[in-house]
Amino acid sequence: MSVAPAWQLDLRPGDADNSGTLFIVLGGRWCIDQKLPSAGTLLARLPTSARRLGFNATTLSDWDSGLLTFVAVIGKSCAEQGITLDVGGLPAGAQRLLAMAAAVPEQKLAARDGGAQGTFARVGAATLEFFRGAPQMLAFLGEVVLSLLRLVSGRARFRARDLWLEIEQVGPRALPIVSVISFLVGLILAYLGADQLKLVGAQIFIADLVAIGMVREVGALMTGIIIAGRTGAAFAAQLGTMQVNEEIDAYQVLGISAIDFLVLPRMLALMLMVPLLTLYSGFIGMLAGLLVSVTIFDIGVFEYYTETLRALEFKQFAVGLSKGTVYGAMIAFAGCLRGMQCGRSAEAVGHAATSAVVTAILLITIAASIMTIVYYQLGI
Amino acid sequence: MDALPHIEVRDLSMAYGDFVVQRGLDFTVNKGDIFVVMGGNGCGKTTLMRALVGLQRPAAGSVRYGGEDFWNSGEAVQQRLKRRLGILFQGGALWSSLTLAENVALPIAEYTGLPQARVDEIVAFKLALVGLAGFEDFYPAELSGGMKKRAGLARAMALDPDILVIDEPSSGLDPLTARRLDELIVELRDSLGTTIVVITHELASILGIGNNSIYLDTESRTMIATGHPQDALKNGHPKVRHFLTRGGEAPPPRPNLPAQTP
Ligand SMILES: Nc1ncnc2c1ncn2[C@@H]1O[C@H](COP(=O)(O)OP(=O)(O)OP(=O)(O)O)[C@@H](O)[C@H]1O
Ligand SMILES: [Mg+2]
Repeated sequence: MSVAPAWQLDLRPGDADNSGTLFIVLGGRWCIDQKLPSAGTLLARLPTSARRLGFNATTLSDWDSGLLTFVAVIGKSCAEQGITLDVGGLPAGAQRLLAMAAAVPEQKLAARDGGAQGTFARVGAATLEFFRGAPQMLAFLGEVVLSLLRLVSGRARFRARDLWLEIEQVGPRALPIVSVISFLVGLILAYLGADQLKLVGAQIFIADLVAIGMVREVGALMTGIIIAGRTGAAFAAQLGTMQVNEEIDAYQVLGISAIDFLVLPRMLALMLMVPLLTLYSGFIGMLAGLLVSVTIFDIGVFEYYTETLRALEFKQFAVGLSKGTVYGAMIAFAGCLRGMQCGRSAEAVGHAATSAVVTAILLITIAASIMTIVYYQLGI
Repeated sequence: MDALPHIEVRDLSMAYGDFVVQRGLDFTVNKGDIFVVMGGNGCGKTTLMRALVGLQRPAAGSVRYGGEDFWNSGEAVQQRLKRRLGILFQGGALWSSLTLAENVALPIAEYTGLPQARVDEIVAFKLALVGLAGFEDFYPAELSGGMKKRAGLARAMALDPDILVIDEPSSGLDPLTARRLDELIVELRDSLGTTIVVITHELASILGIGNNSIYLDTESRTMIATGHPQDALKNGHPKVRHFLTRGGEAPPPRPNLPAQTP
């Protein structure tokens, strides 16, 4: 078998019979697995006087979509420039496929003007998007609050199984990652603190620092951020996929509140479990502090223990637990909001998950600042 | 059958942003009709359904149920009107975290105070009607596409709605199941008096069970035919005849064909 020759391309004026026509001479192998010439270069070579184009494919040995796309691009540009294109010289199969591709005219209305946007345009669009998003966020907040009120008055309906499922997902399954992070943070706190306290010979106060720091602030914050990434994103992805499957629409047409059914159990699960995880995180952090103190800074286990007990007043727990509850609510709110707002595509689901984490962390930061100021003013 | 107007659509236009999907739709569905919505892919049938069932506010026009204007009513009236509808979505839209039985049971439990045992009986019966007896404890992800469709229909029928809106019931069904489904639709109409709005491409269904229809045109973005499908086939708009004969009748002239050698 001879090796199929590479493609050949030439432009040749027609003979006496059809002198007005310029022929594109195609020869050899025109297949998509080769490096084929672009239609653009050929079009650039066309004399401006050309009014009629034809094809001569007598030496064409083999062809596939490579040839078809080449001709289609030429055809489109010819239509724009008012040049008549005669595909009669092409193989019959190619002619038929080209006719099929042209049979349904392009949807002018449906064509998008999208395309590349400049930086300014994108910043502008993002800003508009933010302000457009604010009322939606408020509306969603309103619906969630109404739903919570319905729950309190015993009229909200959701399945207890969903709540348990979420609690299991959020709680026990998050223990390993919360343990690791809290341990590390406790370690760091103890180290940093001990280093400074050594200067004044008050190393025993590591225990106070770690206990109050972990229980009051850091435990809730770390847990919040972990759960935002772990569960907030999952909520957004779950609800987003339901949106894609029209499941949310199915609730809506039945007049069943998707908020009661889907958002409420998730909200409750997080509001219950994040404070518990916060407590746990504080405990692990103190263990890490103990480890550092005993092994590196020569503080006795019992000493550390009594100092910790002395430092931990009830109000520290109250602050930590209240923060955990609020952060949990924020995470659930952000995750469910982004999930419910999700568009109808796989890409939109990914976007919803990302956006849920960002929103949750933003909300947590705002809530943390406000609560810290308020507690300080109240002297708690 | 008494010809009470059940759904009246007047001058309805639907759009996504600036993109008008369909405009100027005007039709009436009578009680006991099997009303077929026809049209090519992407002409806006599903969008019309969303406007009919209260999921997507139309850009203009009105949808009336028994004289009550849906889109200009308050929340309470809308809820009451929606309660009369049963809907099968194009993709089934089964709740993925619930089993088939739970999917069908949820609307029943939500709106009737029936004891669980009664609910279970109804669920089993509805699933049997669509040929899915024995699949009660399957999750939607464990079903084939056609089975999801049928389960979706069982859920849509759960509350014995006055009006059943079905988006492409037979796409993805094998010919025998599709035919059984047609028989079921006719039976629901005949025995329960259900009014059925069905979006379908299935020629056998359109011509076999439909007694009223509209045809939504993709190019002009409006309806170009209405009435009994058989009439549309005999002496309707050429495009509709073309559609109903799978292109067998001479097509309307097509623009934009590339020049060819004679
Ligand atoms: N969410 C959306 N945003 C923008 N345009 C949309 C959206 N959904 C649908 N469209 C457009 O609206 C038009 C009608 O879509 P629709 O889903 O109603 O078609 P259809 O008649 O149901 O088609 P099919 O027979 O394939 O189901 C299409 O051109 C589609 O591109
Ligand atoms: Mg559709």
